[in-house]
Amino acid sequence: MDYFLTEEQQMIVETAREIAREKIIPLRAELDEKNEFPTSILMDMAKADLFGVFVPEEFGGLGGGCFEIVLVLEELARGCVGVATSFAANALGIYPVMIAGSQEQKERYLPDIASGRKWAAFGLTESNAGSDASGVRTTAVLDGDEWVLNGTKQWITNGGEAQIYSIVAMTDPSKGPRGASIFMVEDGDPGFSYGKKEDKMGIRASATRELIMKDCRIPKDRLVGRKGTGFITVMKTLDISRPGIASLGVGLGQAALDEAVVYAKQRVQFGRPIISFQAVQHMLADMAIQLEAARALVYAAARHIGSNAKNISKASSMCKVFASDMAMKVTTDAVQVLGGYGYMKEYPVEKMMRDAKILQIYEGTNQIQRNVIGQELNKEYASA
Amino acid sequence: MDIIVCIKQVPDTKDVRLDPETNTMAREGVESIMNPFDRHALEEAVRIKENLGGTVTALSMGPPQAEAVLREAISCGADGGVLVSDRAFAGADTWATSYTLAKAMVTLGNFDLVLCGKQAIDGDTAQVGPGLATQLSLPYLTCVQKIRTIGDSGLVAERMMDDGYDVVQLPLPALLTVVKDINEPRVPSLKGKMRAKKAEIRVLRAADIHADEKCIGLAGSPTKVVSVFSPKPRGNRTVFTGSPAEQVEQLVAKLKGLL
Repeated sequence: MDYFLTEEQQMIVETAREIAREKIIPLRAELDEKNEFPTSILMDMAKADLFGVFVPEEFGGLGGGCFEIVLVLEELARGCVGVATSFAANALGIYPVMIAGSQEQKERYLPDIASGRKWAAFGLTESNAGSDASGVRTTAVLDGDEWVLNGTKQWITNGGEAQIYSIVAMTDPSKGPRGASIFMVEDGDPGFSYGKKEDKMGIRASATRELIMKDCRIPKDRLVGRKGTGFITVMKTLDISRPGIASLGVGLGQAALDEAVVYAKQRVQFGRPIISFQAVQHMLADMAIQLEAARALVYAAARHIGSNAKNISKASSMCKVFASDMAMKVTTDAVQVLGGYGYMKEYPVEKMMRDAKILQIYEGTNQIQRNVIGQELNKEYASA
Repeated sequence: MDIIVCIKQVPDTKDVRLDPETNTMAREGVESIMNPFDRHALEEAVRIKENLGGTVTALSMGPPQAEAVLREAISCGADGGVLVSDRAFAGADTWATSYTLAKAMVTLGNFDLVLCGKQAIDGDTAQVGPGLATQLSLPYLTCVQKIRTIGDSGLVAERMMDDGYDVVQLPLPALLTVVKDINEPRVPSLKGKMRAKKAEIRVLRAADIHADEKCIGLAGSPTKVVSVFSPKPRGNRTVFTGSPAEQVEQLVAKLKGLL
């Protein structure tokens, strides 16, 4: 379907598609098998200017918004969701600076992000703070001109690979969510180290690691925004980043549909291609319907968010839920269409199915998203 | 370091047809791409520029639509594109093409290095690079798989051979033709694509390069294609059967019989 992209947006799509075709697809099975971070691919993306897509022009970027990054992530995910996740986590990690950072912080970090010289990561989750983000135990205490951070972050995408980390820590634990703040921690800061690297079911090309802060001392000016506004910034960050996760689902669903249709045309059983059987045709048709509906919702939500609209949480959550549930369903059906071959590692769809699952879990589980949607509905109908 | 990269627009090899009238390749209406070897030459030039500074100019001879590959070259890091294009150039063989490109380079002025792909995938002659160097009296090296060092005083490069490689030192200016092993070309960048869209492509006509009309186009081409045909299958074929050891025995016996 024609989504009326501008010439510039089409260029972005073509560039990301070329990266997926030439750089990601030839390597994805090996990266998955070896649990290996795609350093060289990210450097190729940097050379192609993709890291600058969402960064304002004054800091060396291309000045795109939520919709442009959605277009990039969809194409990258057609290649590999693990690689695409590494790219997405970079944006997630720097959004707090773009949303609430000072001019000095933007000047310090954004040009390096735009050029791809440095990568970012977002440190919110802890062992006891997942869906319940208010469970954060990491603390930050001001000592003279320095903040001293203590705590351990868990399951941090790009952990150990990024150079710039936005870390959520409690500056006033007695105030609950209003006592949280965000700090920029950099690779090499004293007291900052990396812990266990996870061995995951899917998105194995991405790095997921613990961040350990033990009397980690950072300059006073690394606080992002005002003290105590951390959770507000976190919520705003996730509102604009979630359509990105949704678009990973769209790209993945497209890749799975492509594989399934091509296979169904080639595979002959009972003397004819299996695509001629209605049972298979209907599966493919349902996959295509779900996929296109998800794409339309994600694009609409991303354009809505990119227009600087005020109420974006519901649209953001709805597209994340719908597209990630779609990706799980469509990849599972793609494995079914390929039958025994689909279950084997020689074909790419088993990896797609493993990769799909995380989309329903990270950046807020789909259950939490439904909570958000429900709460927003409750507010909208307050007078009813 | 100022570098000229010679680029040819070629029909995608998936889609090749011959013009039955002229026995030359039909170029109209066929999907065109940048000659794949030239893509590697361009990448190498851009890498040298990134390390040493200077400029990269993409040069192509061809019909007006060849402008597209020059824009593509700019999106991959070239600073500018020059198209040598005139009806008078039509039908040029490798000799006339070398002459014409050499004249264009003299018109463009100073350069330190010329990079070409090993050969074009349409004609497959691999003659224009060496022909161009000869016309310009430049030292040259073909089938370069690696440039080891390069600086104002000259370069040291590896020439791919069937049984390994030669290490050759050349003074500058020089001309190199490159093989695919030399590098992995980048994907065109977004900023490059935007620059390419706006870029002015300079066009040089026959008069601009002071070309001798007896040396250009079909008239200036000593090569005449008399006919084009698929060779007939030759002789009888024998398929050896049995275990690999038996097959080898039969093959050896057969070969001995031919002596």
